[in-house]
Parts: sequence; C-alpha cells; structure tokens
Amino acid sequence: MNLLETFRTAGEAIRSHRMRSILTMLGILIGIAAVILTVGLGKGAQQQVRDEINKLGSNLLIVSPGSTTTSGIRGGRGSASTLTMSDAVTLSNAAVAPDIKQVAPVASSSLSVVAGNTNWTTNVVGTTVDWLTVRARNVAQGRFITQDDVDQGRQVMVIGSTVSSELFGQRSPVGQTVTVSGNTFSIIGVLDTIGSSTTADEDDQVVIPQTSYASRISTSANRSSITTMYIEATSQSSLSAAYQEATNALTTSHGVTGTNRDFSISSQQSLLTTATSTDQTLTVLLAGVAGISLLVGGLGVMNIMLVSVTERIREIGLRKALGATPSAIRRQFLVEASSLGLSGGILGLTLGIVGAVVLPHFLNQPVLISPFAAAGAVAVALVIGIVAGVYPASRAARLAPIDALRSE
Amino acid sequence: MSAPPKTPILQLIDVRKTYATGHLEVEALAGVSLDVSEGDYVAVMGPSGSGKSTLMHILGCLDSPTSGLYRLAGTDVSTMSEAELAEVRNRRIGFVFQQFNLLPSLAAWRNVELPLIYAGMPRAQRRKLAFASLERVGLADRVEHRPGELSGGQQQRVAVARALVTDPALILADEPTGNLDSRSTEDVLALLSELHDAGRTIVLITHEAEVAAAAARTVRIRDGLVDTGELTGRAVRSG
Repeated sequence: MNLLETFRTAGEAIRSHRMRSILTMLGILIGIAAVILTVGLGKGAQQQVRDEINKLGSNLLIVSPGSTTTSGIRGGRGSASTLTMSDAVTLSNAAVAPDIKQVAPVASSSLSVVAGNTNWTTNVVGTTVDWLTVRARNVAQGRFITQDDVDQGRQVMVIGSTVSSELFGQRSPVGQTVTVSGNTFSIIGVLDTIGSSTTADEDDQVVIPQTSYASRISTSANRSSITTMYIEATSQSSLSAAYQEATNALTTSHGVTGTNRDFSISSQQSLLTTATSTDQTLTVLLAGVAGISLLVGGLGVMNIMLVSVTERIREIGLRKALGATPSAIRRQFLVEASSLGLSGGILGLTLGIVGAVVLPHFLNQPVLISPFAAAGAVAVALVIGIVAGVYPASRAARLAPIDALRSE
Repeated sequence: MSAPPKTPILQLIDVRKTYATGHLEVEALAGVSLDVSEGDYVAVMGPSGSGKSTLMHILGCLDSPTSGLYRLAGTDVSTMSEAELAEVRNRRIGFVFQQFNLLPSLAAWRNVELPLIYAGMPRAQRRKLAFASLERVGLADRVEHRPGELSGGQQQRVAVARALVTDPALILADEPTGNLDSRSTEDVLALLSELHDAGRTIVLITHEAEVAAAAARTVRIRDGLVDTGELTGRAVRSG
C-alpha cells in the first residue's frame, strides 16, 4: 500500500466520520487558541508595565539630596539642599563616570503660573537641554529649550499638556506669555502627553532653562542648588556601573564617607524588577490555566480517538483479513490522527492570532503572541492526537484478524 | 468415491485450538486432520459450537492453532511472519463472511477493490478488475451503490465479488447464506458452484444440510472432531 493510497484512505475515514472529526479538531483548536491568548495576555500585561516604567526614562538613576538634621530631627530624603549644578558638571565628565551618558539636573518647586486671568499651580522645573532625552520625552508642538536658551538665561518655557489645557483650553499655547513669581516667560513648546507615571502626573509640569530658574525663581540660599539629578546610563547593562561611578564621584566631591552621605541614588531597576516578577507570576498563572485547558482539550481528543479506534477494530480486522499488514494499518491511523491534529492545530493557531489582533480593541489590553508558547501548544496537541490515535490502532493491528473482526 | 489424487492445497494434521475464557479452557478443535485438494468443493457442516468456524479461521490464517500442523500449499503456516500471512490472505484466499463485512462508507466497487489496494495495484487497474468482478456476480448496475443501498443478497454478492477480485486459488465462505432469504441463498450457492466449475477450491462452512448439499463433499464436525468423512451431494468435478 503506497503513500498516496494511505492518504486517500485516511482522508475518506476522516470525511465519513464527519462529526467525530470535527469534535476532535475542535478540542485541539480550543486548547491551542486558549494557550496562545492567555500567554499573549500575560505577555501584553508585562509589556504594558514595562512601557509604563520606561516612560520615566530608560536606564535611569535618580540622585536626591540627603536629609537635614534640625534639633536632632532628621528631615528625610531630599530635605537638604546638598546637590548643586557643579555636581551635575562633575558627573557629566566622561573621565569621571564613563558609564554615564547624560545628566539632567533639575531644580523644581510648585508655583502658580498665570496666563491672562487664569492661573494654575504646577511643578516648575529648571533644567538643561538633556532633560528631554534623559526623561524619554518628546515635544508635541514648538520646540524644547536649547543650549543657547540656557547659556543666555532666556525666559522661555515648555509646558506639559495638562498645563496647556488648563491655561489655554483648545488654543495653541505656543507664542503666548505667562508669569511665574512676577517674571514673564514666553511659551516655546508643548510636551507630548504620556499620562501618569508611577510617581506623578508627568503632563502637569512646565520646563524652563536651569539658569533662568536659578536667577529668577529659586528661593534657596544657594541659587545653584538643585533638587534632583536624573542620570542616564549608557545602557541597561551599565546601570550598576553608572550607579557606582556616581556614588564614588559624589562621595569624593562632597568630602563625605559611606556613613554620612548627603545624597542618595535610586534606580528604576528595583521598580522594574518588582513589576516584572509580579507579571511573571501572572504569566505563570495564565499559562497554567492555558495548560489545563490544553490538557482538557487533549484528554477530549484522546477520548474521541480512543472511541473512534475501538469502534473501528472490526474494520481493522477486515482490512487485515483482506491482506493489510500491521504496518499498513498503523500508517493509515498515523496519517489520520496527524491530519486531524495538524488541521486542528493550524485552525487553533489562526483563531489565536485573530483573537490577539481583535481582542485589544475590546479589552484595552495588548496581546503579545509568544512564538514559543504557540509552537509548544501545537506540538503538544499533535503529540496527544497522534499518540491517542496510533497507540490503540497499533494494538488492534497486532490482534489476530479474527479477534478484531469479532469485536463489537 | 474419493477425491482424485491431487496435491492437497490445505492439509491439517491433528490441529487443536483452545480458548481460555477466565479459568475455563474451551477446546474448540480437539485434533482435526483434514486434506483439501485443489479444485475441491468441501462443505464443513456441524451444529453451532462444533468448532467449524474456528476451523475456517485457522484455514484462512485469521487465527493460529494452539497445536498441530497446518500446511497451506505445502508451507507450514506457523513458520510464516505477519507480513507473509498478510500476503497469503491477500493473494491466495478470498473470504466470504456471514456478516458480509463491507465498509459502509465505501461504494460497492470501492469495497471490492480493497484487497487490490493492499496488493499495491494502481488505481485504474483496480477499478477495471473491481467492475469486472461485480459484473461477474451480476451487479454491474450497482457499482456505485453503498452497502446500505443494497439488499442482503446483493451485499453478499458484493462480498463474493471482493473475494474473487484477486483471483485467489481458495475461497473460504463462513455461513455465506446465514443471513439471506432462500432466493438469495440460491443465488449465492449458484455463484459458488460456478466458481467451483471454473476450477477454484472452495471451503464452505454451514450448519444447514441443504446448503452443504451444494458441495462436492461434506465434512461433518462435532465437538471439535471430524466425524467420519462421508460423501454427499454432487460428484467431485474434475478440473
């Protein structure tokens, strides 16, 4: 019996038991689609959390001043003003800190911004040109502050989208002027909208050149003092090296030791790790659910295959009586089971992919297809289908023809 | 009158078959010796439970004896491999069963061509032979009908066509008329006689004396043993 005949015979068997074939394929189909979608949802959630964190700026270190001690009461992180612009200059030096790409010093305070007869209290940030890239932001309208603006101490301002809508409504803010603490600033650009980060509403702030902040806004005794420094490492992997370099450089330049440091450095890494492990748990949970549905689907397939072969033992006996060798019988059932498994697998894959495309429109939740999970699910379904189909058939093929013929 | 001295195509020597059902051992064949010559038409007759079906299964290589020797065309069957047995069943033996054993999803001619598929014959040739075989049993106008669309007698004739299609030397018929009315019985018996006239060896299993009467020779079997071989019915035809 040649291959063509084997395929023809198997195809006829599949067609002549239409309902059973459809049920078998359905079991495989649902199992695979479930695995693809649940793992995809988990991956999507993971990606979403990662994106959320990356909004803060990738490879980011945040340097805060240390605490002040007044009458023995320590004020907590950031209460002292120990960081200055010179620290930013120190860390920008590639010779001191080769793994630091950019430094954005930030001095900020919450102030009222007045436009005409409206006002809005927001976070006024004085910084340098690198802020935009370090914080991974873009300008939606107009332009960002330039090195020239910083050098000249120009009274220009880039505003966040929340500020824009609060002060100007639908009107374009670029070219308008506002006053902050009695100083007039002209608006040169609007930042893109990114929504809230884990720490604050990133759209509710205005950015001005650090020099303008120091000369016009700052109320500190030391006008070049800053509240925070954002440091971007050269890459994700050099983040801990950058951390060491920044710690060493600041410890040296501040003339402090490890025990009385007047600054602290935190990274996004710890946040990212927590978030990642959280949704890894979620992914494992979802994959577990998907795995169970695959198992249940597989057991269904096994059942149908087993019943199908059992009720066809007479047919196997007849075919043997007419001259079929055991291996011809095995081949027929192998082709039959793997055709069912494969077509169920392909249909399940298609349904999973379609679901991954369609679902985000309804759920507001991205679905990322994991090729590994998809391939694994198809392989498992195929193996289940084949084992469940071929094993009983191959046992029946070994029976004496008359025992097979007699079975009811 | 005994059969003309020809090489026995089937030779059984002290064949026994024991079935184990639970603790009980049932001896279906208790030492059967039998020769069937080429061109012979033998009816094996006995009441139900006599072991006659077991005998036919062993003759058809559908089952193997517990002990004893079975030679098919001179070859000891117990020395053959599964694949060799499959080939013997495929090329040398044509089966006709009481239950017809047709595949319900296949048209008549597709049922008839089944043994040819396992013989590895190309499709066009199989179709030609299957059609010829159906014509021979008088079903030329029913080739595309499925078994469910045929009467019992027609179904059995399809089964006979399937047994004939490989042109086997030996035809084994197990109660071929057991499920048929008297007219269809006559049809099938006439067909078998025709095949015998054409030189084929036929072994017919039955419990009915009228059916056995169609054969050239009758072997009676009782309690797993052959009664004294007595001749009834038509004379052995030469050929």
